[in-house]
Amino acid sequence: MSKLLIEERAVVVPGEELAEGMDYLPGNEVIRDGDKLISTKVGVASISGRLVKVVPLTGCYLPKKGDLVIGKIVNIGLSGWRINIGWHFEANLNLRDASSDFIERGADLTKYFNYGDYVVGQIINVSGSKIIDISTKGPGLRKLGPGKLLNVSSTKVPRIIGKQGSMIALIKEYTGCKIMVGQNGLVWLSSDDPNGVILAMKAIKKIEQESHVSGLTDRMKEFLEKESKGLKKESKDGNREEN
Amino acid sequence: MTDMVREYITTVLDKGIRLDGRKLDEFRNIEVEYGISAKSAEGSARVKIGRTEVVAGVKLEVGEPYADNPDEGTIVVNAELLPLSSRDFESGPPSIDSIELSRVIDRAIREGKGVNFKKLCIKKEEAMWMVMIDIYSINDDGNLFDAAGLVALAALKDAKFPKLTKDNKVDYGTKTTKNLPLEKLPISITVIKVGNHYLVDPSSEEEKILDARLTIGVLEDGTPCSMQKGGDNPLSLDEIDNMVELAVKKSKELRKVLK
Amino acid sequence: MAIEKRTDGRKFDQLREMEAKVGVVPRADGSAMFKIGKTIAVAAVYGPRELYPSAFQNPERGVLRCNYNMMAFSGSGNRVRPGPSRRSKEISLVTEKALLPVLDLSNYAGSVVDVFVELIQTDAGTRCAGITAASMALADAGIPMKDLVSSVAAGIVHGNVVLDLTKEEEDMEATDIATSFATRLGKITHLQMDGEASAKDLRNALELAKKGCEEIKKLQVKALKEKYEGGKND
Repeated sequence: MSKLLIEERAVVVPGEELAEGMDYLPGNEVIRDGDKLISTKVGVASISGRLVKVVPLTGCYLPKKGDLVIGKIVNIGLSGWRINIGWHFEANLNLRDASSDFIERGADLTKYFNYGDYVVGQIINVSGSKIIDISTKGPGLRKLGPGKLLNVSSTKVPRIIGKQGSMIALIKEYTGCKIMVGQNGLVWLSSDDPNGVILAMKAIKKIEQESHVSGLTDRMKEFLEKESKGLKKESKDGNREEN
Repeated sequence: MTDMVREYITTVLDKGIRLDGRKLDEFRNIEVEYGISAKSAEGSARVKIGRTEVVAGVKLEVGEPYADNPDEGTIVVNAELLPLSSRDFESGPPSIDSIELSRVIDRAIREGKGVNFKKLCIKKEEAMWMVMIDIYSINDDGNLFDAAGLVALAALKDAKFPKLTKDNKVDYGTKTTKNLPLEKLPISITVIKVGNHYLVDPSSEEEKILDARLTIGVLEDGTPCSMQKGGDNPLSLDEIDNMVELAVKKSKELRKVLK
Repeated sequence: MAIEKRTDGRKFDQLREMEAKVGVVPRADGSAMFKIGKTIAVAAVYGPRELYPSAFQNPERGVLRCNYNMMAFSGSGNRVRPGPSRRSKEISLVTEKALLPVLDLSNYAGSVVDVFVELIQTDAGTRCAGITAASMALADAGIPMKDLVSSVAAGIVHGNVVLDLTKEEEDMEATDIATSFATRLGKITHLQMDGEASAKDLRNALELAKKGCEEIKKLQVKALKEKYEGGKND
């Protein structure tokens, strides 16, 4: 007879038994050992039908095709740029993927992206763990201007962005900040009013800590409503919606 | 090389505020805990400044006095920037940054006459106490200099002499109730300069973009007793005046946390 | 043997008082503190991150690299000289071997996962405390694991099989058996013995260590859940 050993939305740890019997199937971050399903991560258990998975609450970023990431230019070669996106191998930005302009070979590439610049790019190819190609062609993909960088756990990025970008829109609205969230856990914030950035950072940290506690959207609305009093609210949003 | 982070921080500083909400001359919350390795060390302490955390321990050893100071004991300060505390610190022999930190802390205590070396003499020309102070970073969130200076003093304050046998060997199992001859508390304060601004208690982000850094040991009456300039840019005489003035002011606050 | 109690009053199968906390080094990818008796270990994990020189990289999986260190003031007698010793290097190695069997590093080819263990205060059982802390830190860092690893020493003191020796007991010509268990798997991942033991005593000591590890694991799980359930990780 098969049975579940944990409740939906329970916080589980590596090695914890989630279900026994062959009727249940292992989803993400779950392995089968004999007739038991075992979590491999700290996370929140999620059961849909016979599938038992764990939504991790911590862990490093794994690059995926299509992800929007923020990275730092760390090297410039003949054929393009090398970008640190927080993965242990640098990503490549090839000349042809950098700009809709035609860049001639031998051109001064620092005019486009210089050492130390931060860019928003999209991952267009991942092969093995070593080769990651990025493009900065497309709406919203660009070099980032002066701003604050914040590191968050990449596992929390979906909650920070929210459904159809609803959460990040909420934060932008209340703080008047320009915000860009990279799926690799790097967040860029900028505003003429530093208090807006300070509040937006607080809000993002709060989501990071409470992402798995239900009623997050209402709590965040209440928090931003209360904390944003006295803040000039002028949403100057030249920013493409993430997600 | 462009630096959009530096550019933004500077714009924000122009408005008299820092990105963690602090004023430019404001420290983060400071906590001091004594006796964190009471079983092992003769004295020990932990200091947290915001999320920056350091620990220190004092071990006492008996040595032969140096020929040029036959009636004095000595102190040895060793600070280690542990790779456990930051992804920027590497394993291996002490880095140049570790060595600088050790020497800056040593200088403040030594030149500020924090410890009375004469009272560390056991027998002239024969035996002296060597006060070994080891400082470790646990979490580096900026301003390890001031945290290390504070924790060294706290560990010295916490320390008691161990028992000495007749032939001047240390009996580590038995502590006495006698404190070390800690007569002054030279407080280390670091002031950094970013653009036209002076900041105390820098975050690790602010440390990365500083123009110049000045660490100043300050005695109770406000007299500076040691200094170390760091950073890649020069300072004018007026700028140094300003930084010393700020350090002296802040040293009064930090002195209180050791009381 | 007529001896009923131990020098510190514990029963033969009783662990010293323990404390565990996850997330003690906020700047690290994962971290934990474990205290047992007067032994205090702190562990931090960084990675997966770049591994240089690249000759050390493994093209199939990430590499685990552990580093055990006693703080200079943490010993019971003289100051411990800073820097690696033969002892600390060996403990670093057995720590790696103790943890590796539960880790799945296949997603992290070419990288290294660094584990740093620092002892702040010592009173026997330091390697075991370090391994117990490191296991929690790896889980906190989100490295995939089949099980947690829990570690404790058992031993034979004056003919009695006892759990979790103190320094005093170690010094009594005792047999000291340091072990680590992946308790759900029921497997030993680390075993070292100093001294003599009959096959029967060894078996009894290992059974006792296993029970001890099960108790330690409960505390590890509790500490991990405390950090994440409360939603208050700093």
